[in-house]
Amino acid sequence: MDNSKIGHHISEQFNKELEDIRNNVLTMGGLVEQQIELAVQAFTTGDIELAEQVIKQDNQVDSLEMAIDLECTQILALRQPTAFDLRLLLTVIKIIHEIERVGDKAERVAEMAIQLAGVESKFPHHELEHMAELVKGMLHDALDAFARMTIEEVPEITERDDNVDREYENILRQLITRMMEDPRNITRTLDVLWTVRALERIGDHACYICEHLIYMIKGEDVRHLSQSELESKLKEG
Amino acid sequence: MTAQQVRTHAIDMSSVLRGKDNQDEQHETCIKVENLNLFYGDKQALHDITMEMPKQRVTAYIGPSGCGKSTLLRCINRMNDLVDIARIDGKILLDGENIYDKAVNVAALRRRVGMVFQKPNPFPKSIFENVAYGLRIQGVNDKRILEETVENALRGAALWDEMKDRLNDNALGISGGQQQRLVIARAIAIEPEVLLLDEPASALDPISTLKIEELINELKEKYTIVIVTHNMQQAARVSDYTAFMYMGELIEIGTTSELFTNPAKKQTEDYITGRYG
Repeated sequence: MDNSKIGHHISEQFNKELEDIRNNVLTMGGLVEQQIELAVQAFTTGDIELAEQVIKQDNQVDSLEMAIDLECTQILALRQPTAFDLRLLLTVIKIIHEIERVGDKAERVAEMAIQLAGVESKFPHHELEHMAELVKGMLHDALDAFARMTIEEVPEITERDDNVDREYENILRQLITRMMEDPRNITRTLDVLWTVRALERIGDHACYICEHLIYMIKGEDVRHLSQSELESKLKEG
Repeated sequence: MTAQQVRTHAIDMSSVLRGKDNQDEQHETCIKVENLNLFYGDKQALHDITMEMPKQRVTAYIGPSGCGKSTLLRCINRMNDLVDIARIDGKILLDGENIYDKAVNVAALRRRVGMVFQKPNPFPKSIFENVAYGLRIQGVNDKRILEETVENALRGAALWDEMKDRLNDNALGISGGQQQRLVIARAIAIEPEVLLLDEPASALDPISTLKIEELINELKEKYTIVIVTHNMQQAARVSDYTAFMYMGELIEIGTTSELFTNPAKKQTEDYITGRYG
């Protein structure tokens, strides 16, 4: 793994501390990716056991978040980092918050899986799985960009959020139709809606991670910009 | 808080955004260095330095030992004139006037540009006489003026309350931190425009260091300050602008907040983050 950005400190110990933080963030990210995968699987197959496992796993994610937060706080206090090192730590603190929120979304999907297990359903499985694939890919690539500490792929990742939003709108329309067809479906359909909504939000969190990465690498705050503004900001050099 | 206050509070963003705006403000230039080269014999110690230091702001020079930061600082009040083998070309403009012009009276220049060194160097005289020294050599002997000036200078150096009852004590008997503030009081007693501080806190304990830093913050309301420091966190805390020097060259100068969060040059980044290049 290329560590040219976080290595090369005169203090080997400092290199190691930053490397540890990066590894822990990636571990946390890996856990959450797995959570999404399993939660969606539990949802589509109605596997309650699997869903419970996802919910349990969220504790690990939460503990990692707190542990990484503590590591960052200690480095800030003891080493007074500057420049890239400072931006790295600030970014990690924000990224792990996003990852933790993604974990909560996966947990939500798992809860809905339990709620809807065994219920005969006509909800759009295929579209939901497709959407899950999209957001999983976005999150994976955002974390990959963090691991490699590059932002070249960032505009391409954030652009994919449009597809997610389109898919979300599409599923939403189908769900509304179902509710209108038979009001008895409303409760269950709403549960499906929460699930789809949770997946859609994962895409947003992946985009936020990308924005934080741009700050880390370039020192530019690109939050609250449109896709085209973000792209032109990145082209500025 | 009433609803009205909450609303007003919510839209008053000016104080929040002020930090950002500050960086964009342009200050009047006090000292301008133009294409300055300095040689010690055959060895070139400063290479083509060009930079501006704004009025009533603190500019810090940072860089590894031997990078030329103290040499550059000493050029600003022509201290290098005292080094026989030193040769300088280029200009330093103080309020638009080249201090290396032949017509410049060096003693008068040093009255305008005071200097404080790493190790406090009070004279073996009373506290009062240390501060009054500058005025005395200018021929001022009026007791009332001297007393007034000494009090103001000691107040300016945040030392009055500690020293007012012991003005006749020998200055060598006070603590290192107090001595350093006394030397600053001596420098500001003659009301210079610029204060040059060469590692002013490096021989002091952390609390005395903080007092000096606090003092620098107060002094910049009246004086333009240039400080050389090995302590990067100190530069980050006290200065508005930071210049990074390396091997006699000015690598980068910018607002301190920008330089410490997002430096433009890799050399600066490597130095301030403690990396080997």
